[in-house]
Amino acid sequence: MAPVAALALASGLLAACGGDSGTPELVWYINPDAGGQDAVAEDCSTDDYTITTQVLPQDAGQQRIQLARRLAAGDAGIDLMSLDPPFTAEFAAAGYLAEIPQDLQQKFSEQAFESAVTAATWEDQLVVAPFWSNTQVLWYRKSFVDQTDLDMSQPVTWDQIIEAADQNDGKIGVQANKYEGYSVWVNALITGAGGQIAENTEAGNEADITIDSEAGQAAAEVIEKLASSEAAPADISVSNEGTAGTTFGSDAGSFLVNWTYIWGNYGDDRLGDDIGFARYPRTVEGEESRPPYGGIGIGVSAFSDEKELAVQALECLTSPESQAVNAEKTGNMPSSPAGYDQEAVKELFPPELIDLFQESLEAAAPRTLSPYWSDISGAIQSTWHPPSSVDEQTPEQSAQFIEDVLQGRRLL
Amino acid sequence: MTTTLSRPPADTKVADRASDRSKAENRLGQKLVAPAVVLMLLVTAWPMLQALYLSLFNYRLTAPDDREFVGLANYSTVLTDSLFWQDMWNTVLIMVVTVAVELVIGFAFAMVMHRVIFARGVIRTSILIPYGIITVVSAFAWQFAFSLNNGFVNSWLPFVEDNFNWFGDHWPAMFAIMVSEIWKTTPFMALLLLAGLSQVSEDMLEAAKVDGATWWQRLWKVILPNMRAAIMVAVLFRALDAYRIFDNIFVMTRGAQETESVSFLTYRQVIEQVQLGVGSALSVLLFLSVLLLAWLIVKLFRVDLAQARGEG
Repeated sequence: MAPVAALALASGLLAACGGDSGTPELVWYINPDAGGQDAVAEDCSTDDYTITTQVLPQDAGQQRIQLARRLAAGDAGIDLMSLDPPFTAEFAAAGYLAEIPQDLQQKFSEQAFESAVTAATWEDQLVVAPFWSNTQVLWYRKSFVDQTDLDMSQPVTWDQIIEAADQNDGKIGVQANKYEGYSVWVNALITGAGGQIAENTEAGNEADITIDSEAGQAAAEVIEKLASSEAAPADISVSNEGTAGTTFGSDAGSFLVNWTYIWGNYGDDRLGDDIGFARYPRTVEGEESRPPYGGIGIGVSAFSDEKELAVQALECLTSPESQAVNAEKTGNMPSSPAGYDQEAVKELFPPELIDLFQESLEAAAPRTLSPYWSDISGAIQSTWHPPSSVDEQTPEQSAQFIEDVLQGRRLL
Repeated sequence: MTTTLSRPPADTKVADRASDRSKAENRLGQKLVAPAVVLMLLVTAWPMLQALYLSLFNYRLTAPDDREFVGLANYSTVLTDSLFWQDMWNTVLIMVVTVAVELVIGFAFAMVMHRVIFARGVIRTSILIPYGIITVVSAFAWQFAFSLNNGFVNSWLPFVEDNFNWFGDHWPAMFAIMVSEIWKTTPFMALLLLAGLSQVSEDMLEAAKVDGATWWQRLWKVILPNMRAAIMVAVLFRALDAYRIFDNIFVMTRGAQETESVSFLTYRQVIEQVQLGVGSALSVLLFLSVLLLAWLIVKLFRVDLAQARGEG
């Protein structure tokens, strides 16, 4: 019985791979969105190939796991994939990504924001084509800021907004659950103080862990200060993008650091004219902030049977026009200034906000590029969570723990 | 149990005469189960051996070239790590507390199901409903119930502040996980105990009643001793189940606030961090500890599985 069932299943799978027409099919594994990537796939299908999409799980970590497991098994059913920046280095180092020809690499690099290019580069090669880019800004309630003496037209520091919220019964929305979003915040604070979590990451698990530095201390001070102040929301230790938005929308809402889509969620209907925006807060006074970088780059699978066609398709998929189509459908903003210049994109947000996004993207700092980022990030979450436990010892402890984890001496 | 022990020794002559037939039956039986055994070996023994083999390597799925043989180093890393012992303690604590609570509530439910006269079907079904719900779904339901943003537990409990974050600290989070686990699996316990209850002879109970035993005495001296085997099977099954707790933790805390169990740790090593070596070592240890636990319960409480199945 079992062999019969297995045979039936196998032949079914084989039939599914064949496709019924003569045109090759390129399968693009996408992260779930509101139809932007589907529309782009349709627009970019030509007489030579048809691009179809397969949806990955909602959670970025689960997307990585599914892709890594398939690629480790040499799955030829993936031609193109949407990759989150923190996993790009891991996939490139593992040899899962097909090489992009130099002329295309150059084209994509010139087209995209600097932070997008940095996030897409591993060992001096552009390994994925930047598709859309996201960044965080500081959202604030105008009515709340009016009660304080803060001047939001000038850059503000974390210290200033924590004190302002503390003294005026406001709660600050952050992402501090034990998940990737917390590493995003920690990384933004550290890079904002001119530091890095790790350097020399091309050495893989032999990388230099540099989190125990002045910048690391400055980051720990900000988290400690917020967590122990009245400005910390009650749910800070389980807060994510969604709950932080809820805090911001509530009566106690004051400041929020969050991605670009907050405007769509709260900008017009929920809070009306009360919502303001500014550059991501500074970790230390006098030093430019480095907003978090997020987004999606498209990579070609090294195990694809149609690598040449897939590389060819990249050009159309990540063109400024495609980026605009995607932005219009999903609110996920382009990874290039040319994408922002498209008429459809300009209408999505107020002009000042569009300018702020572009300025933030130019200055954004991607998470440390390392094939071991998921271990580093996990080790940070273990040592920096809950936020109320963070103190001046934390950077040193986390540096030791990250090293032990990378060397296989400790469990994560 | 007493009946098993007091059974007269089998008549050897009868046994000899029966042996030819029973041998033939045994052989037929073996042939009949052989295909299933072979299939089982293929799908379970092979992965287990593979895990044993992998556990001797430092092997990360996304860095296959760096794979190296490290002998038992993974085991010593795991066994000397405080995280492993913290998770082991959590797991054992969850197991002991949930099984103990479920035993009491489950017994009460079993009594109700056994004794109920009216609407028997409806009452039995409604008691069993939680067990029919998928664990992940029940975990989400309880997470929403305890949630600070959209839960109702805080407003229902008079002695809890309205902005109390159940998942913000170790003990409240463990409490929420255990409540969810108990709610979900008590019916299973009740079902196993109901089977034991119905094995207790009404004659014995009536005899005890005639002798003037109170309700409490009948419970402790007649009912419980006579369903001992069923109780122990229920404890064994539930303990092994609870020891492998995963879904509730995955959904409710993702292991935050040190609420991780050994299964969850294993999952994170193998699936999330794709550390096949150390993850396999953990799986092997998990497997061995489950075996040990089963052996301990069977030996310490002298559970006779054959009798519980009604073969004794």
